[in-house]
Amino acid sequence: MNKMEKALHELSEMDDLAAQESPIHNLHPLAKLLATVAYIVTVVSFDKYDLTGLIIFVLFPILLFQLSGIPVRTCFYKLRIVLPLVMAVGLFNPFFDRAPLFMLGNVAVSGGVVSMITLMLKGVFCLMAAFLLMATTGIDKLCAALRMLHLPPMLVTLMLLTYRYVGVMTEELAVMTDAYHLRAPGQKGIQFSAWGSFLGQLLLRSMDRAEELYSSMQLRGYHGHFHYVKINRIRPADVLYVVACVAVFVLLRIVPVTQLMGNQFVG
Amino acid sequence: MIEFKHVSFAYEKNAPVLKDLSFHVKKGETVGLIGANGAGKSTVMKLLLGLLSGEGDVLVDGTRVEKNTLGQIRKKLGFVLQNSDNQMFMPTVYEDMIFGPLNYMLSREEAEKRADAALEQLGITDLKHRHNHKLSGGEKRMAAIATILAMEPDAILMDEPTAALDPYNRRVVINTINSLPQTKLITSHDLDMILDTCERVILLDRGEIVADGLAKDILTDKALLEAHRMELPFCFAGRA
Repeated sequence: MNKMEKALHELSEMDDLAAQESPIHNLHPLAKLLATVAYIVTVVSFDKYDLTGLIIFVLFPILLFQLSGIPVRTCFYKLRIVLPLVMAVGLFNPFFDRAPLFMLGNVAVSGGVVSMITLMLKGVFCLMAAFLLMATTGIDKLCAALRMLHLPPMLVTLMLLTYRYVGVMTEELAVMTDAYHLRAPGQKGIQFSAWGSFLGQLLLRSMDRAEELYSSMQLRGYHGHFHYVKINRIRPADVLYVVACVAVFVLLRIVPVTQLMGNQFVG
Repeated sequence: MIEFKHVSFAYEKNAPVLKDLSFHVKKGETVGLIGANGAGKSTVMKLLLGLLSGEGDVLVDGTRVEKNTLGQIRKKLGFVLQNSDNQMFMPTVYEDMIFGPLNYMLSREEAEKRADAALEQLGITDLKHRHNHKLSGGEKRMAAIATILAMEPDAILMDEPTAALDPYNRRVVINTINSLPQTKLITSHDLDMILDTCERVILLDRGEIVADGLAKDILTDKALLEAHRMELPFCFAGRA
């Protein structure tokens, strides 16, 4: 299996994860979407020095991992490319913000270090929440939920088809990479001189396939209006889930629970 | 059911792909469209489906294939693509099957009923909730046929339906084709399959019809086939 085939396999694994059965999978996609958006908004709203307030929000993804049966390592493995980028966001803060914020034993911890950790955690939490939404819902149901929110159909269809076409493009790339390596034994990667024609060919081949796919859709009556997958009606449990999540997020945002807990021990 | 009247087509000027093509496929007939590479088989299919337009008249059930009749025409014709991967773009077989009927404004219940009936007809109810990307080549081909049957077309067009299938799955597809009561137009290089499924054959060469008649007559005519860059089917060639 070459790298591209692995990527394709990983992409299809997301559909497999979404097809599993669990209390979280069974929730209405709209409920999960709203709860995730509420979570991300709350997490992002924390001040850059409010590390203690933010830390408790790790409980939401942990709870979802437990209830959905999705292994945490799968999440981190799939996010391995994005996570370092997110982590890098606040990397330079310790150099710019050197004013000590508090003492940890004899060590003075600067505002830059705290804000760096806060930024990193914000990124990781948001990514985990987005991953869990995708892994427990699937792109099709998610798009159906977005349409329920009256997002423009053009935008939602574009999102759905982009996701589908990524697979088509990756398949073509896998075939081309194999063909290249079979005639370039011992070579690591693709030579710089071949990049131009390689990318050009990839584009042309993907376009051909995309055109055939589109023809197939047209021949089955597609004329710009996509019929999304059937999703169950919203149940009281779904409403309760959203209300409970939003209430807890707001509560945790207003009340510094971690700090209060810490005070209990410190006195 | 399907009629070509003096149809000509060219992708580039002075390089005609089809030259004054005329033929008629009757309702319920199964016709094999054969010919060497570049003979114009795929172009015939595309003209029929309104994906291309040329000179002359292409008629489906008496209706001329043109821009404003495409919806009506495509409702009557089901097209099974050579590459099933390009046909199946929804996550599961079932969702792919109801895609067409829903586009034709059928209720979800009706669309689901049709999908169930098609799966039942082909004996592949076990594939119903399977993910498309996890199907084998043979399963994918059967599922692709099922997606077309769910649209309840009057005629089915098939482009190389047995391509890249192993002998067992090839036989399954042949039996399936024979069990379908619709009018069928099949293009293929698999002449044994054409012999097994079609009573009539149209032989194309360089955009022209060079023979049109009974499959058993044309497919046993070695001289005719060889004159047009073809060979006898394996069953007559005394090989394998």
